[in-house]
Amino acid sequence: MTSLESGAPLTVALPAPIWRRTLRRYGLPGVGLAIIIAWVLVAILAPYLTGYPPDLVDVAKRLQPPSWTHWLGTDLLGRDVFTRLLFGARISLFTGIVVVLVAAVFGTLVGGIAAYARGKTEEIIMRVTDLVLCFPPIILALAIAAALGIGATNTIIAMLVVWWPKFARLARSMIIVQRSQEYVEAAVVVGLKPSRILLRHIMPNSVGPLIVLVTLDVGNAIITFAGLSFLGLGVVPPTPEWGSMVSEGRELIEQWWVAAFPGLAILSIVLGFNFLGDGVRDWLDPKSRRR
Amino acid sequence: MPRYIVSRLGVAVIMAVLATLVIFLIANTVPGDPALAQLGDLAASNPEFLKAFRAKWALDLPLWERYFIFLKALLHGDLGISIASQRPVLDDIAAYAPATIELATAGFLLSIIIGIPLGVIAAVRRDSWVDHVARLISLLGVSSPTFWLAFIVLAIFYGELQIAPGTGRLDPIAFPPPDVTGLYLIDSIIAGDWATFRDALAHLVLPSMVLAAATLGLITRTTRASVLECMNQDYVKVARAKGLTERYIVVRHILPNALIPVVTLGGLAYANLLTGAVMTETIFSWPGLGRYTFRSAAALDFPAIMGITLAVAVTYLVINLLIDISYALLDPRVVR
Repeated sequence: MTSLESGAPLTVALPAPIWRRTLRRYGLPGVGLAIIIAWVLVAILAPYLTGYPPDLVDVAKRLQPPSWTHWLGTDLLGRDVFTRLLFGARISLFTGIVVVLVAAVFGTLVGGIAAYARGKTEEIIMRVTDLVLCFPPIILALAIAAALGIGATNTIIAMLVVWWPKFARLARSMIIVQRSQEYVEAAVVVGLKPSRILLRHIMPNSVGPLIVLVTLDVGNAIITFAGLSFLGLGVVPPTPEWGSMVSEGRELIEQWWVAAFPGLAILSIVLGFNFLGDGVRDWLDPKSRRR
Repeated sequence: MPRYIVSRLGVAVIMAVLATLVIFLIANTVPGDPALAQLGDLAASNPEFLKAFRAKWALDLPLWERYFIFLKALLHGDLGISIASQRPVLDDIAAYAPATIELATAGFLLSIIIGIPLGVIAAVRRDSWVDHVARLISLLGVSSPTFWLAFIVLAIFYGELQIAPGTGRLDPIAFPPPDVTGLYLIDSIIAGDWATFRDALAHLVLPSMVLAAATLGLITRTTRASVLECMNQDYVKVARAKGLTERYIVVRHILPNALIPVVTLGGLAYANLLTGAVMTETIFSWPGLGRYTFRSAAALDFPAIMGITLAVAVTYLVINLLIDISYALLDPRVVR
């Protein structure tokens, strides 16, 4: 109003230039995707990117600082930290993705059955998820993994036990919303089987938030697995794995490179999944987009 | 309101009992043999010894009988005797809990004091540099592995700069203050021992920073999202139309509404800190429940594992109950 009274020309804020809008929308998710793709390539090509085998022990060269021959230095047994870092990407990526995908599929099915069956079945299933969720994940996983014994497979099993309930809960709440929609009623009237309605009609419509949770959760799973390895449960020792590499170097404050670099690797890959997850959320759910 | 609390309490008690069943089944149906894990190789190779050990800890009875024994003892306030420490589990938990409570509370306060204002400012000054810095901090905090962060801060502040003390709750040569609450900060104030207070506080700084990192990110992000949500509500427009100052609107109109989801998340985060300090405590040699949990799990000390898990589940349930109650108090719409 004031601008009109004073006779000054009305100014309208110009939209930001296209490159800026593109950067804002795709910048971080793009960086995240690039980080993830880079690590996947590293995991696949690990043997070709380094001149050392990951388990080559050379005690004469132990605890050397980073140099041109050993880019990230050597550890207590004289193994090349850079090489072990590259090979470590395999286990971290694999466990993170496997745990989340299996938990998501299983949890979604269970949650879907609960939402669709209603009554007693629903009550029992949801109380079971409540029961698992009333333990802090790390403690329950720790107890189960310790009981099952050291090893990647056992640790994955322990993590799966604590991982599926959140997907079951999300899927159930999503499906309850969908169930009252008209297209589901139409499918029921047409006489389709409940399993077909669930898998072919309801699931595709409620899959968005699940994809967001899956993307954001892979980073979580990677950190948890590395943490369990750090505590000595994840992998059997000579296997190169980031969590156990940090653990091997945790007393070596002077030789910081032994523990610092594997931790940075974990940080970068988890950041990658978090960046991408935020982007996927904005893309699938425009309502939550940052304004 | 009282009825709401009672019904929530009833559910919590049932869940706690069921939780004991879950943990009992996990502890007793998995392949790991506690007798073999506890005894040395030499002792385990002697069948007589093995049998005596199993009989002593009732490992030779059928599963349901052992669960019954466990439940019966539980009703008498007895969590059994830790195989590793040979002390009652309840005593162990009571001895280790104060260290964890002190650490978790310090970490929680730190993340609240920084996180909430940071989240509010990030929302009010959206897309400013404060917002970007806040987003970077919270993403880094959420994405950093705790065990690595603990190592890094120790290497920098203790190893390199030497401005922070090392691991543990006090200097190795110092004596703990006379035991009243078990919280060294409070006990040393009661005793009027300021040197010990400073020492305990200095030892608390690094581990609580590490603990706060992940929680800080969560709280900042939730606060920001929640404040942004409230800023578009009609009552805010009304307040603005009345000509109230922006500061007054944020503090008196937006904050009380925006903080409701933060209370839920904050409560859960505190429960997580209380129970999930395993990594931090292990690295900082902090004599708390987290380190005790890890040691018991590594030794397959099942009475201890069951005791801790039960204590942890109860803590979780109690905090969830408190969240629900505070939720009902903050938002009258929850209880019709």
